[in-house]
Amino acid sequence: MTNTLHRYGNAESFRDDYIVFAIPGRGRNDQGCVPKLKRFLAMAVPFKPVNLGDSRHGGALRPSRHMNPIAHWRRNLAPDFQAVIDGVDAATTVAAVFDNREAAQNFLKAVKDADLGLSINVSTSIEGAKQCCGGAAQPRHSVGYSLGFEGKTEKLPDTQVLTLATMCGHGMVSASLAKKMIDWVKEGRRTPEQAAMYMAHFCSCGAYNPSRAKRLLEESRHNTK
Amino acid sequence: MKINPDKCVACGNCTYVCTMGAIYIDPVIKRATVDNDECVECYACFNGMSQEHLNPTLVRMMRRLFQMMRLRFDPEPDVCPTAAFEPEELAWPRVVRRAFSDPRVPHESTGVEGRGTEEVKTNDVSGRVQRGEAGLTIEFGRPGVGVRFHEIQRMTRALAQAGVAFEKKNPVTTLMSDVAAGEIRQDILNEKVLSAIVEIKVPIARMEEIIALVHEIEGQIDTVVAIGVGARCDEDGEEHEVFAVLERMGYKLERAKTNVGLGRVSNVIQPAQ
Repeated sequence: MTNTLHRYGNAESFRDDYIVFAIPGRGRNDQGCVPKLKRFLAMAVPFKPVNLGDSRHGGALRPSRHMNPIAHWRRNLAPDFQAVIDGVDAATTVAAVFDNREAAQNFLKAVKDADLGLSINVSTSIEGAKQCCGGAAQPRHSVGYSLGFEGKTEKLPDTQVLTLATMCGHGMVSASLAKKMIDWVKEGRRTPEQAAMYMAHFCSCGAYNPSRAKRLLEESRHNTK
Repeated sequence: MKINPDKCVACGNCTYVCTMGAIYIDPVIKRATVDNDECVECYACFNGMSQEHLNPTLVRMMRRLFQMMRLRFDPEPDVCPTAAFEPEELAWPRVVRRAFSDPRVPHESTGVEGRGTEEVKTNDVSGRVQRGEAGLTIEFGRPGVGVRFHEIQRMTRALAQAGVAFEKKNPVTTLMSDVAAGEIRQDILNEKVLSAIVEIKVPIARMEEIIALVHEIEGQIDTVVAIGVGARCDEDGEEHEVFAVLERMGYKLERAKTNVGLGRVSNVIQPAQ
């Protein structure tokens, strides 16, 4: 799963994008890992994440299987963290998304103190991750660099769309939906917060950052080609 | 994926959420229709949209009325008003599409969801990439373009010819009929997936040469490629070797995934009876 590695943007644009995730290694530390994964997620809540998720059941902003038509006029924009914690039932990757470095760093320190024994990763700018590790007094073990997109890049959408859509690295947020949301915010048909929520519903592992999406959509009102 | 024509009201919401743009409103039957050759079975439509269970006849009637009056109505964009999506039982080889495109489905070969790879995310317990080595993930079709396996095979053949070893615990490797030659099973070559990752490991001394080879093949295939390079840090948590090579090659490195190094092997191995 490289789903958070190839987010589009420069290092500065990741100032509000910190994903801390825990992953059990198959055949190495996955036995009895479910309580540890739940604990990881529960520990994140006091640090005010903007999303939580597990790779099997999705994030804290989920679609509804039986939506009441009245909900059109009052959609619930609040993330349901407890549903994510309760839903973990097997070895999987779990993630906590933060929109500031201090929260991510403090959470990382708490995770280190908890000594869960799972592999913990931080996905953000290179410097941002270094600072998180430094703040938690934990030297980095390994690093995976993104080299960006290559090949037939003429098939890619414009950078505004790309920035929003690649926050779901699994590709579940389509470029067409991201473009539609930019247009709807520009038209005043939806608020950036509402548009960010719609997109987050499609992310199936909870790594989508609705806070960054909201900022990007607000900025997109004034962006021109 | 199938859209039930008896339920569909042609609201068009799903045409935007389809990751491949494979859903359209058929002008003859006036229903949303899936282009099965382009659909990668990612289930974004089924899993991502909220579902209402409204009466299709009533919704169609209201839509016609609004249309006649040239009124624009403003429904929620992430909703299927009549729950018209119906997943189909997928047979081989089409089932490969879903395995590589729906991130909630764990790959049978690795037990990992998403694209089925662990890379350096578990390097603290797997030791997959050691000092002096670079672990490359070459992802095809990402973001949002998709790829067919015959295009991936052009790359795997070239990499095999260059003497590169493929990661064994990787979904693409498990679908190779001849790993040493980089040959992928014939029966899946035309299957389209949202993205797939080829994983290799090379000595840092060969990294530049291999990335140059990847560039060369990229120009011959009809999709986008995203490369990730994993490296082991030193005792102080620093990594200069791979970073320096990549900078020398002209890459402006912005983002990374950092394994913090808190994992440890804890599984209890049962002795053989």
